[in-house]
Amino acid sequence: MKKRPGLASMAAIYRREMLSYVTTPTAYVFVAVFLFAIGLFTFQVGGFFETRRADLTAFFAFHPWIFMVFLPAVSMRLWAEESRSGAIELLLTLPAPTWSLVLGKYLAAWTVAAVALFLTFPLWITVNVLGDPDNAAIFTAYLSSLLMAGAYLAIGTVMSALTPAQVIAFVLSVLISFLLTSLGLPMVQDAFRDVTGGPFAEAVSRFSILHHFDAAQRGVVEFRSLFYFGSLIALCLGFTALAVDARRGG
Amino acid sequence: MLLQVDGLRKSFGRRQAVDGIGFSLDVGEIVGFLGPNGAGKTTTMRMIAGYLEPDEGSAKIFNIDVAQERRRAQERVGYLPEGAPLYGEMTPWTFLRFVAETRGMSREAARHAVRRSAQDARLGETIDQPIDTLSKGYRRRVGLAAALLHDPMLLILDEPTDGLDPNQRHAVRDLIRKLGEERGLIISTHSLEEVDAVCTRAIVIDKGRIVADKTPAELRDEHGSLERAFTTLTGGEERV
Repeated sequence: MKKRPGLASMAAIYRREMLSYVTTPTAYVFVAVFLFAIGLFTFQVGGFFETRRADLTAFFAFHPWIFMVFLPAVSMRLWAEESRSGAIELLLTLPAPTWSLVLGKYLAAWTVAAVALFLTFPLWITVNVLGDPDNAAIFTAYLSSLLMAGAYLAIGTVMSALTPAQVIAFVLSVLISFLLTSLGLPMVQDAFRDVTGGPFAEAVSRFSILHHFDAAQRGVVEFRSLFYFGSLIALCLGFTALAVDARRGG
Repeated sequence: MLLQVDGLRKSFGRRQAVDGIGFSLDVGEIVGFLGPNGAGKTTTMRMIAGYLEPDEGSAKIFNIDVAQERRRAQERVGYLPEGAPLYGEMTPWTFLRFVAETRGMSREAARHAVRRSAQDARLGETIDQPIDTLSKGYRRRVGLAAALLHDPMLLILDEPTDGLDPNQRHAVRDLIRKLGEERGLIISTHSLEEVDAVCTRAIVIDKGRIVADKTPAELRDEHGSLERAFTTLTGGEERV
């Protein structure tokens, strides 16, 4: 009847989460707000037309800052809502491995992020109409943006597993995401350099989401950055599974 | 032996919720857990269903230790949590499909299982209505259907008739009696009348321990009535 029960459970959880996203207004609201915010920043703050360059630099530059607010709002309910409603008792008494529950939920949230990113395609069409951009570089930038979104969602997922209150999960996720991102800001690095010296400041910046995202924005996919995002996601999801399993201990 | 429970203990902080509970259960038995609120009924059920891990002791379903081989044991248990938490935005049909598929059933098997258990739990017309719009009685039935999906030998139902009207209660009791013919059931209840109506055995729990494990008839013989048995055994008289 079943060959790989873990995968079947994961697929079932994924489908349920997606169903919940599409049958409740939340996902639509989130995606709409995201598209509005990204448009506002790209055109008003980033000066998309004023730069007179056929690329999407002005667009991608705001992704980390918009993601860190938008994505915790997507991930905050994943586990917190289960605890609040008591449905977690139902989930944890099904014979499914914990990783399948964690991964199924996480992948559903990531799908929402992917859809939101995909819906920015009119911008890509616009630059192609206006000029002759490097589409390979744009594709790379989109992929790294998606990967970065995965990292923010993983942070949001672990916070959601730690508290039954969605608002607390949201606030903590935004805070941690902000810290992890801003470590790569020049002014933060300067501050570190003043206090601790150059090599340490350099090392700190390597732990920053911004550092790795910027590297990818220059059109080069570095293995280091893939490794960074991959391990950040794995670490957060591992902690999520531990936090979910810890409930059994009472 | 369908279920063998030995020396179960569980504490939350400094509170000893379950303090050495042991009993066994065979096919064809319907055991009623009786006891005041906070006596440890729900915690015991949660440990048998694999939601909580015991601090000490074990629960074995067909000799499979729930704490050691959780998933194998859980494949053999159907569990209705207290208050029957569900996903309100789903319909019973999508919800039951979800539970069946999370249990690892193929789509075909899941569809078949959902149809059968929806019929057993008499969901009727409500199968395509959002769970949020259903009455308490129907929601309880959806939870019951979810516990029956994989046709488990052991059913653990935490307050299956709580909050139902007399007609609904009657229907659920009929179902429990029918299910108990070929399975083992544990139900918790505050209704002594229910114990009389459906249970073959009553286990009275107080302060995390079993204070009586007898048939309802024996309890009545010893104490005059089930109500007297309950108050005497759980120290209710002193408190009044």
